Amino acid sequence: MSTLTENKININVNDTVQTNESQEQIESKSSVIYNTQNLDLWYTKTHALKNINLEIRENEVTAIIGPSGCGKSTYIKTLNRMVELVPGVSTTGAISYKGKNILDKSIKVEDLRTQVGMVFQKPNPFPKSIYENVAYGPKVHGIKKKAILDEIVEKSLRGAAIWDEVKDRLNQNAYGLSGGQQQRICIARCLAIEPDVLLMDEPTSALDPISTLKIEELIKELKKNYTIIIVTHNMQQAARISDRTVFMLNGEVVEFSETNQLFSNPKDQRTEDYITGRFG
Amino acid sequence: MEKLEALHLNNKIDARVRKNSIWKSIFFLSTLFGLVVLAVLIIRVLFQGMSWIDIDFIVGRLSTTAENAGIMGAILGTLWVMVVVIPVTLIIGVGTAIFLELYSKKGRFQSIIETNISNLAGVPSIVYGLLGLTVFVRLADLGNVVLAGGLTLALLVLPILIVSAQEALRAVPGHLSEASYGMGATKWQTIRRIILPAAIPSILTGAILALSRAIGETAPLTVLGIPALLIPFPEGLFDTFTALPMQIYYWTIDSSLVAEYANLAAATIIILLIILFLLNSVAIFIRNKYQHRY
Repeated sequence: MSTLTENKININVNDTVQTNESQEQIESKSSVIYNTQNLDLWYTKTHALKNINLEIRENEVTAIIGPSGCGKSTYIKTLNRMVELVPGVSTTGAISYKGKNILDKSIKVEDLRTQVGMVFQKPNPFPKSIYENVAYGPKVHGIKKKAILDEIVEKSLRGAAIWDEVKDRLNQNAYGLSGGQQQRICIARCLAIEPDVLLMDEPTSALDPISTLKIEELIKELKKNYTIIIVTHNMQQAARISDRTVFMLNGEVVEFSETNQLFSNPKDQRTEDYITGRFG
Repeated sequence: MEKLEALHLNNKIDARVRKNSIWKSIFFLSTLFGLVVLAVLIIRVLFQGMSWIDIDFIVGRLSTTAENAGIMGAILGTLWVMVVVIPVTLIIGVGTAIFLELYSKKGRFQSIIETNISNLAGVPSIVYGLLGLTVFVRLADLGNVVLAGGLTLALLVLPILIVSAQEALRAVPGHLSEASYGMGATKWQTIRRIILPAAIPSILTGAILALSRAIGETAPLTVLGIPALLIPFPEGLFDTFTALPMQIYYWTIDSSLVAEYANLAAATIIILLIILFLLNSVAIFIRNKYQHRY
């Protein structure tokens, strides 16, 4: 496991903050929002995540790349505990989110998922109107007043850069929209619960290049107000939109550094092999 | 192209196309068989019974003379029984399906329960009659009243509804509930706002099947000792009653004594079919209202 210790050194070299004590975090230009320590995850018997140690920073875009089955989707789903929907999942280690260990059983997942929104691989709007899709989250959290809901819906749709396209047909079924529009509706639906973090699990893999471009522009825009963690198959996408990139392989973090550095000067041979297209 | 012809692929294509049309006609004939039998039955019943249906027959009380006989008592009995069967099966059936499909842990216990429910759907209806007689009529001392009959029929059709509701819930795409959980919705909120609305059309299809079965069942009612000759109308859950299928059954049997009874039975079948059709169209109406594509 010599590579693993190398990883840790890499992370330390790249980070201005060496420890996760809060006093020192303030000195960094943006503070750590997610701190994963010694995370291991099993699907029944399969060891899917192996000793993950990662610090994810506020108001940055962190991209996770790696070949299929490397655990990148599993990891992102652990960050809002959606992974628990799969029967037979067990974890060890800790993920602290804003200083609290979210793997602790006392954490209410409903509360966590209100702060950490998720956008999925396939656009998955509800079979409801555009308005009802975006108002779903606020309604679930008990907002009933029409005026407030109207305001949230407009704000969220504007935030997802789709307001102008749908403002005249808010009461039409979201299924009438194109795939790219549906995905932006899903992002708007996420924004409506005013999360701090947006988890995106390959949000453009089902979309055409133009829709992909729009989502990427949107992500750059959203970065100002949200912490974004994006899983992607597309290395160019990671290079275009992210501040830091994680390269995962077989359930391990191989390399984690600033995106520029990871793509121009990878420390690990496996990273280099992957980004130059030798496998994956 | 030369290569293809050299391989005699064209001949094979002809054979394949022929095979395709043969299978198509086999499937078409299977469909036709069912339709023809159904049409023959309905036409026969219509010819025999239609002329006997008039207002007096529908609203009249029972009589031993064929000309004066009316079936209002049986219609009311059947409707009262449905008042028990519909809510009991829907609430218990959908509730059980939700628990099995969405709450209980998948495992040995779950699969034993599911296998048993599927088997119960195949138990002969007369066995349910015996169960109803023992539990509702005698043990609970209800007597052969609407409530006892309704509960017995509800038990009979519950497995059908549970199995079809489970399938309906299973068919709701997982990515919809994921999206809901992802926004911090609880399990119940997700079920009520996303999963149930998406599953309602298919659940109602199951409900139609279950109700159609319940409304036409005779065997369990015979075992419960439901009379066919009953003059007073049922007015509540604790009144004795008769039902349309009982009426049909006795009139068919007694047609060896009074030939006209066969015509009365046919007329009653028409009324039963009309009631069934009306009940089902309510279900179909609700189903179409909820029909979404996803």
